[in-house]
Amino acid sequence: MKEFTCIICPRGCSLKVDDNGNVTGNFCPRGKEYAINEITNPKRTITTTIRVKNRKDTVVSVKTTCAVPKGMIFEVMKVINTLSVNAPTRIGDVVLENILDTGANIVITKNID
Amino acid sequence: MRTVDLVVIGGGSAGMAAALQARKEGIHDILILEKEDSLGGILTQCIHNGFGLTEFKEELTGPEYLQRFVDQVITEKIPYECGAQVLDLSKDKVISYSKDGKFETLKAKAVVMATGCYERSAGAIQTPGDRCSGIITAGAAQKYCNIKGYMVGKRVVILGSGDIGLIMARRLNLEGAKVICVSEIMPYSAGLNRNIQQCLKDYDIPLYLSRSVSRTIGKDRLEKVILSAVDEKMNFIPGTEMEIECDTLVLSVGLIPYISLLNNVDCPTSSTKGAVVNNYMETMIDGIFSCGNCLHVHDVVDFVTDEGRTAGHGAALYLQKRIHKENDIKTIAGNGVSYIVPQFINKNADENITLKLRVRKPLKDQWVMIKSGDNLIQKIYKSAVIPSEMLLINLSKDKLAQITDNLTIQLEDK
Repeated sequence: MKEFTCIICPRGCSLKVDDNGNVTGNFCPRGKEYAINEITNPKRTITTTIRVKNRKDTVVSVKTTCAVPKGMIFEVMKVINTLSVNAPTRIGDVVLENILDTGANIVITKNID
Repeated sequence: MRTVDLVVIGGGSAGMAAALQARKEGIHDILILEKEDSLGGILTQCIHNGFGLTEFKEELTGPEYLQRFVDQVITEKIPYECGAQVLDLSKDKVISYSKDGKFETLKAKAVVMATGCYERSAGAIQTPGDRCSGIITAGAAQKYCNIKGYMVGKRVVILGSGDIGLIMARRLNLEGAKVICVSEIMPYSAGLNRNIQQCLKDYDIPLYLSRSVSRTIGKDRLEKVILSAVDEKMNFIPGTEMEIECDTLVLSVGLIPYISLLNNVDCPTSSTKGAVVNNYMETMIDGIFSCGNCLHVHDVVDFVTDEGRTAGHGAALYLQKRIHKENDIKTIAGNGVSYIVPQFINKNADENITLKLRVRKPLKDQWVMIKSGDNLIQKIYKSAVIPSEMLLINLSKDKLAQITDNLTIQLEDK
């Protein structure tokens, strides 16, 4: 038996997974999927910032378009920290495709004019 | 003097939602006054995701969520002024503000206050010890990190386990700082369970409960903090000191509705430290409405948006002279409930009403009992309740019709 706090939404359900992979405590189906991923291959979406070269003291927020393996978070961060863009930026602009073969793109999440 | 039908003070999530709703209900002459350089409010710096699950049924980051509303404000051609700092609001709704170094005044027929909240500081919690640099609020650290791109420190202790504190623990850790621990004076966390998991447990950052900073030590820059356990009366217990070397103390010790503009109009306030309002989010001052974090501090922006819409709806009804003025039913926070918003309900409102409340302490297996006088109107089972999660109770029109007396909401053990 393993116990998790679901992170899918602010409700934060207490999930239990028994040895046969049965999930209880979930309010919605997304919780079940989360619990199963959590014991097989836990993943997280990364949100961070990258430098805006043509603006003083400015960074722009970015995210991974899908969750990446939890164990790779700091490797992914290392690559993201080498990236930079020029303003203007638009939400959804792809900065890097398929980062470290995770299948996730790095996209802009903020408009800077 | 220039007159405007509806002035919305604050262009964050609450203010934009209020303006959009009022426009939808036929109010054309609207002006949003925003003190920062762009619309968006605090979400501008909340780059993490988890926003919009109720509103858009998808998970967005803060800037993505706010942009959807900015786009609507632009599409609807709702006028707004940025860099406009409101300085005064009078009872007859004359607003003075500074803009581009000039002093401006205008008269509004209705006002929506959507000014957000501010952070309690080191002074406010009377942290004992040296007043050196390196002691910063979580919101300020977030702004430095996420907008400007500056790191606030290398070895960080976080005081207070509210959501911003937890989010910043993860954020600073991701950016290469050593986040040593989070210390919480209460015996339970003030943050959402999901944030304890994804911000602390994921990164093995310890959370110390019933423990607080008993001393800050440093000459110019912070050098160490002493964490001590506290008893039930929040007094430090001698002999429990932990000495931690760090260069930064991040404070996440509470948010307070920002309502200094309402002080000038003698607006009654409640235990939330925001204004007393009715179901239209109208304060006790005629034609002045309040919503979002300046009314009570929310944990989910989707609910702020919803509350903004209610205020915008109320303001539209007020301007169209269709608002019911009787505040005939009072809501009373009974056993285990710390507050309820709104504080008054109009019985003849003829629309569904959402009551928002918080519990005093974490409890399991509770009935939330909603009573009008001695009559039970509704009871809702909750397997667990915690103060950090606001409870929403929808009162349908037919439930409202059953209400004859003041409405008490209380918890009872199952």
